[in-house]
Amino acid sequence: MTKILEPKKQNSIFRRPSSETGIWSWITTVDHKKIGIMYGYAAFFFLLIGGLEALVLRIQLSQPDNNFLSAAEYNAMFTMHGTTMIFLAIMPISAAFFNYLLPLQIGARDVAFPRLNALSFWIFIFGGIFLYSTFIFGTAGAPEGGYLDEEVSWLGSAPNGGWFGYQPNAGLKYSPGTAMDFWALGLQILGIASLISAFNFITTIINMRTKGMRFMRMPVFTWMTFAVSFLLAFSLPIIAIALFYVTFDRNFGTSFFLVEGGGDPVLWQHLFWLFGHPEVYILILPAFGIVSEVLPTFSRKPLFGYAAIVFAGFGIAFIGFGVWAHHMFASSISTVAQAGFGLSTMVIAVPTGVKIFNWLGTIWGGKLKLNTPMLFSLGFIGMFVIGGLSGVTHSIVPADTQQTDTYYIVAHFHYVLFGGAMFGIFSGLYYWFPKVWGKMYNETLGKIHFWLMLIGFNLTFGPMHWLGLQGQVRRTWVYAKETNLQFWNVIVTIGAFIIALSIVVFMINWIFSKRNGEKAPFDPWDARTIEWSIPSPTPVWNFSTAPNVKSLDDFWHSKYDEDEEGRAVRKPTADQLLIDLEEDGLNPKEEIILPNPSYFPIVLASGLPLLGYAVIFKSIALAVVGVILILSGSFGWGTEPLEEGH
Amino acid sequence: MSTAHAYPHEDTGVETRKLGMWVFLSTEILFFGTLITTFMIFKGKDFPGIKLTDVYDIPFTSISSFVLLMSSLTMVLAHNALESDDQEKTRVWLLATAMLGAVFLAGQIYEFTEFYHKGFELDTNIFSSSFYVLTGFHGLHVFIGVVLLLSLWGIGQRQNGLTLESGMNLEFVALYWHFVDIVWIVLFTVVYLI
Amino acid sequence: MLMKIFFKFKNLKYLFLVFISACIENAPLDSLSPEGPYARSIDELFWLTFWIAVIIFVLVQGALLVSVLLFRDKPNKPEPKQVHGNTKLEIIWTVIPVLILAFIAVPTVRTIFDLAREPEDALKIEVIGHQWWFEYKYPDYGITTANVLVIPSDRPVRLEMWSNDVLHNYWVPKLNGKRYLVPGQKTYLNLHADNPDEFWAQCGEYCGLSHSKMRGRVISLSENDFNLWINNEQQNALKLEDGSLAAEGQSVFLNAGCTQCHVINGVWDTQGDRIAPNLTHFAARTVFAGAALENNKENLTNWLANPAKIKPGTFMPNLELTEAEINALIAYLGTLK
Repeated sequence: MTKILEPKKQNSIFRRPSSETGIWSWITTVDHKKIGIMYGYAAFFFLLIGGLEALVLRIQLSQPDNNFLSAAEYNAMFTMHGTTMIFLAIMPISAAFFNYLLPLQIGARDVAFPRLNALSFWIFIFGGIFLYSTFIFGTAGAPEGGYLDEEVSWLGSAPNGGWFGYQPNAGLKYSPGTAMDFWALGLQILGIASLISAFNFITTIINMRTKGMRFMRMPVFTWMTFAVSFLLAFSLPIIAIALFYVTFDRNFGTSFFLVEGGGDPVLWQHLFWLFGHPEVYILILPAFGIVSEVLPTFSRKPLFGYAAIVFAGFGIAFIGFGVWAHHMFASSISTVAQAGFGLSTMVIAVPTGVKIFNWLGTIWGGKLKLNTPMLFSLGFIGMFVIGGLSGVTHSIVPADTQQTDTYYIVAHFHYVLFGGAMFGIFSGLYYWFPKVWGKMYNETLGKIHFWLMLIGFNLTFGPMHWLGLQGQVRRTWVYAKETNLQFWNVIVTIGAFIIALSIVVFMINWIFSKRNGEKAPFDPWDARTIEWSIPSPTPVWNFSTAPNVKSLDDFWHSKYDEDEEGRAVRKPTADQLLIDLEEDGLNPKEEIILPNPSYFPIVLASGLPLLGYAVIFKSIALAVVGVILILSGSFGWGTEPLEEGH
Repeated sequence: MSTAHAYPHEDTGVETRKLGMWVFLSTEILFFGTLITTFMIFKGKDFPGIKLTDVYDIPFTSISSFVLLMSSLTMVLAHNALESDDQEKTRVWLLATAMLGAVFLAGQIYEFTEFYHKGFELDTNIFSSSFYVLTGFHGLHVFIGVVLLLSLWGIGQRQNGLTLESGMNLEFVALYWHFVDIVWIVLFTVVYLI
Repeated sequence: MLMKIFFKFKNLKYLFLVFISACIENAPLDSLSPEGPYARSIDELFWLTFWIAVIIFVLVQGALLVSVLLFRDKPNKPEPKQVHGNTKLEIIWTVIPVLILAFIAVPTVRTIFDLAREPEDALKIEVIGHQWWFEYKYPDYGITTANVLVIPSDRPVRLEMWSNDVLHNYWVPKLNGKRYLVPGQKTYLNLHADNPDEFWAQCGEYCGLSHSKMRGRVISLSENDFNLWINNEQQNALKLEDGSLAAEGQSVFLNAGCTQCHVINGVWDTQGDRIAPNLTHFAARTVFAGAALENNKENLTNWLANPAKIKPGTFMPNLELTEAEINALIAYLGTLK
């Protein structure tokens, strides 16, 4: 008999939450699957906002000397577009995958610290709200002594110093008002969320693997989660300190990055990119992981060079800390440093190449089923290669001094982060759709989505290479008619709207399939990893009994043997096995105790934005309330047991 | 019918929460590492103005450093007492540790006040700013540590007393406290002695 | 050997350019049409890398397409062989990229150092970044000017650059790559134009509201013309005494507030730097307002009527000048040759 233990009444501050459905069940949940789903929806919401910002930018640039946006609005829009896409869209979508899949892939019942997991989600949500509240509370204006022809509108009262916040432009003197404080403090809050989840995932992977799940048997997606968590854990502290300095400079009169007081603006660049470059790999490695799951499954072949792919991933993560100054080749770094960082940047191309070749090796000789996830993964390889190759041209330092700060760079990193990360993410969204919802998505709409997006994407970002080489600089509110850049800018804008259309197709597919889609068969893809050996949608308890893993791709090997030629042969017992697995998965034979929901993560998290507002509005009262919320959240947390009732 | 908890396995044999603490402390190293590195960069600047060397009082800071070091010793004593299940001694040593931490903090506040009187303020120049942020960040850690220690002490007052397994266990706090002490040794060397 | 292969590719390059530039001609900021030795050495390196990248691109995308076409699922297709990897292949596709990169690294490092070296016979010019215009000083000649950089075409110039406020990034695509202007530090950039010509410059680094309008012109002159230009620039402006419109304009300049920020040598001199461009030879410049506007009457009228409308955030206030005052000022500025 299945029994999820009812929460026992107990004398805590509140009664412990007990709803299993309805909004409170989501607000108080500590279940990694629910948290993953919430991460996914929240991130997609921000993705839409970031996308709208991009469309607004593209309308402005579709004509030379356009006046659709004011300069202040344009600067706010591109800053928010970058910040949103990186910190509020791609990172949390990756976190959605990590949350939902990591415990399933290693055969665990939940992550190591379920309440901490809820905490990082709520901190992320409050961080996002805090950052976006700048449109209501934030102020921005001309630099000290400068003049504006018109008041800055609400659209322009957002952070405007760029997602990279270069000093001293992002300092108080040149970016007055509170908008950049919202940025600095918002990123600080979001960073805390990511740091906490990084601790959680690292601990989970080290300590929560099921029987027989040795490190070298873990799915590649889990490996990439591991690598990303380390990157987060070691790069976020650097930016946290740097943002701390910025906040002090802007609010308490210090001059860490201001020459007037002995500070150093180039130091900010070093600190920012010491975080910022690993951040690039934080964004792309999850997609590497997803693609490494999808390609073997739909090729019906094991991943080519599993060990090489894993080590290449860690190689990239490691070298990723040694290439930061390639973002600063035109800055005031020494000639020797230019040469050194140019070489280290070339080196990082090697493990990246290894991965690409291994993926090609995986599909070579396979039996490719071109379902939507597979199409996106193949598209990922194609687009990522372009981004990788243009990346190599940046390591040629002299060439980079022509390309840096132009649309060539914009093209490059969108090929990496959109053609790479986002294609990988869409691949994963389709691939695990049946796992999460127990329904099938609509394959035709999926394919329409893929082709529209592929075409729109290339129309948008392909010509940008050319625009950059023709002299269109980044973050440019207007360009002169005489620069002859209009034609391709129009094409780019058209492409951007095609992407928007493809997103609409995706949303229709998602909403429709989730409600009325066909019931997903058990193991719809004939998959390889153990998350498919349990029913879909995943039962609250994940695995009814802890699985015992005997090899890499354990689930596949329980279904298939190899004949003398090495071809896969389905075991005669496989069909029965699937029926048994479904039956067992739905009916645990033992009492399962799951962590109870809790109010305290959200209580604790709600204190952080108040501390942020306290700094911005210089209000002691807000700070006191914030600290009280944090302390009472921690106190309740510390005194309530994770699971009730023995 | 058997029961299965959410936490049956510990593949490494290290208790999960403790492992989490180690991971947390490893990022703390990065936090302090960044602060110390930038402090060193700023310290090496050729910039006119008042410097820490113009205002500091090494004997005073040495004494407060010694106090903080002693608190690591009392922390160990508290841990030993708990292992031999001596609740009362555990509480005493915990309180002692917290008090030593508080004395250190008081010393820091006194020191900051003195520096302010001598015109070495947060926004004076890059030397003062980096000094206050670095040592202040450490002071915040000590403060959180004191709060944790006092909470443990408070929990110890309750009926069941402290156990090594209880929610916010002593080992967990001890790890943190020792870390904060070690960081101070590094800071003291870097900030005052070099 | 390497260069031979490379020059073969160069012909291909033009085909490619013809194809892609069907819709763009005459882009003044084009980084692919170098007109000086520095830009050319960068260009050569870029195309070398570009063609290597094209080969890799074709191979990888080809392999991808061929795999999809050859191995896509068909009815009755047998299950594939379960290949787990191949150490020999792994080593090959690790080593080959290393070799290719090493091949590119050699000329890259050489060019880095070549570009950084100070040319022996270089003319030294100081470039100072302001929000949102570039100021140029010729320490050898005691000249201060703005927006238009005039250089000799028979010898290289060495720019010594810094910023007065935020980061800027000096870029003349046809002459060299970019270099930042940093407050409190000095950076250097060499320029050398093949022939007398006019080039566009643009600030590359985001520097606030009017970043996109922080532009510039570089004019290279033959030795003779350059010397004439120097001579002219060293002259002070004459104080106008008669009752002409220009003289009225001069009194507007002296009384309406312009002198808070601007200098005209011989008419309004001040000690130390001013935050706005030196106007002594304003009429000799083809552009103004951070090179965002051509120097003509219509543009000047719009600018003087409301500077912030053209360059948001500008430090030039709207002085609420009357139409008559503006006309007088424009007449006066026209005399500052």
